Amino acid sequence: MLLGQIVSGLSEALKLIVEGDREIYSIILLSLRVSGIALLIATAAGVPLGAWLGLTGFPGRRVVVALVYTGMGLPPVVVGLVVFMLLSKTGPLGALGWLFKVPGMILAQSIIALPIVAGLTMTAVGGVNKNVKQQLVALGASPAQVRWATLSEARMGVLAAVLAGFGRIVAEVGAVMLVGGNIQYRTRVLTTAIVLETRKGNFGMALALGSILLVISFVVNAAVLHLNRRGLGDS
Amino acid sequence: MSAVYELEDVRHIYDGRTVIDIERLEILEGEIFGIIGPSGAGKSTLLRLLNFLEPPRRGIIRYRGKPYSAASMPSLDVMREITTVLQKPALLSTTVFHNIAYPLRIRHKRPDPQQVASMLQRVGLGKLSHVRASSLSGGEAQRVALARALIFGPRVLLLDEPTANLDPANTAVIERLVREFRAETKMTVVVVTHNVFQAKRLCDRVMFLNEGACVEVSDARSFFESPKHAMSKAFLSGEVIF
Repeated sequence: MLLGQIVSGLSEALKLIVEGDREIYSIILLSLRVSGIALLIATAAGVPLGAWLGLTGFPGRRVVVALVYTGMGLPPVVVGLVVFMLLSKTGPLGALGWLFKVPGMILAQSIIALPIVAGLTMTAVGGVNKNVKQQLVALGASPAQVRWATLSEARMGVLAAVLAGFGRIVAEVGAVMLVGGNIQYRTRVLTTAIVLETRKGNFGMALALGSILLVISFVVNAAVLHLNRRGLGDS
Repeated sequence: MSAVYELEDVRHIYDGRTVIDIERLEILEGEIFGIIGPSGAGKSTLLRLLNFLEPPRRGIIRYRGKPYSAASMPSLDVMREITTVLQKPALLSTTVFHNIAYPLRIRHKRPDPQQVASMLQRVGLGKLSHVRASSLSGGEAQRVALARALIFGPRVLLLDEPTANLDPANTAVIERLVREFRAETKMTVVVVTHNVFQAKRLCDRVMFLNEGACVEVSDARSFFESPKHAMSKAFLSGEVIF
């Protein structure tokens, strides 16, 4: 029975994509847009933050590292709740008018992805062989050149961090549901659409959407695994 | 020959333990100076101090006449005259070409492909320019590390057990290259080695270091033929030194 539903869901997904169903395409494109822009923001902030934490020692670093690791496990629904309160009319950011709109969803997903990108970047940079750093100094590299070369040595790990951040936010439902409101053609993304179709009893459609999400997640995770393997080969 | 290094009352401490305690030492311009001694004698630490990778806890290291200490370490320009090749070649995760070109790039010099190719030719790796460094054997990687250290023409080359993990053939290649480049460029070479035969083959003068202290310094021939200190004699005859 379950296998039959999955097979019929997959064939329905294929049919919807081949037929160019307008709503399906709008949902897929919005999912990619929201998560893509959120990832860009998280990368722009998270990679420098992670590199800084991985390369620099300073008083209180342990506390910051603990906060970043805690952030990596932030429940999306809690992030959604906090962002909802910030963006609601009475909230401090209410004047922006981002609630139930795409920018609000991007803000929430950026907050979810940021600690993942920063934490995994920090681990990648901190994992670069200490001999390499010593050798760079011995070759005459300035402190800035050592930092840049170390980041470059950790590039596969940094890329894996970015892709892991994407994998997390494209599959989350709690934050986009609360902040976006799942409005048709405006804030409905793959995960919120799956919840809706399941509640309506349209299991076939829900499975079809789930299959599309799985394919996106699979492509991203396959890329992460591939890069990790290349990274290990280079070390 | 004038002294490239003069150490005066240099002391270095790790975790409360004195690892270097040298009252006076001179290393001469253009010589190959060997540092030998048992494990834990402080040989690699001394090499790091000579490269100014860390400041001595106490004392003065005079480099080409200028005094440096914990309070006043040399500028980047001075540090760029000196380089170290480590026991395990720490190559970057890129091609052989980019590894060798790296010291030129950080000095804001555009790497000349001809110069890099000719250096690779000299270390016997002419065909490996575009190979990834991670795919090299131990001997090839160490030759790349040596080529990378020599490409920018250092005044001082510090070698930390450069052939400890290599077979005799690669060891011979490294020793030949060091001798050839020293003869051509008149650079000073300081080599740390466990291998007394290598020190005998390669060095003009030798220092025997034990527990961070300089036990004996003399020209290589007299050191190996008639060591003055009882501890040097014991080390050369293969006894365990405590």
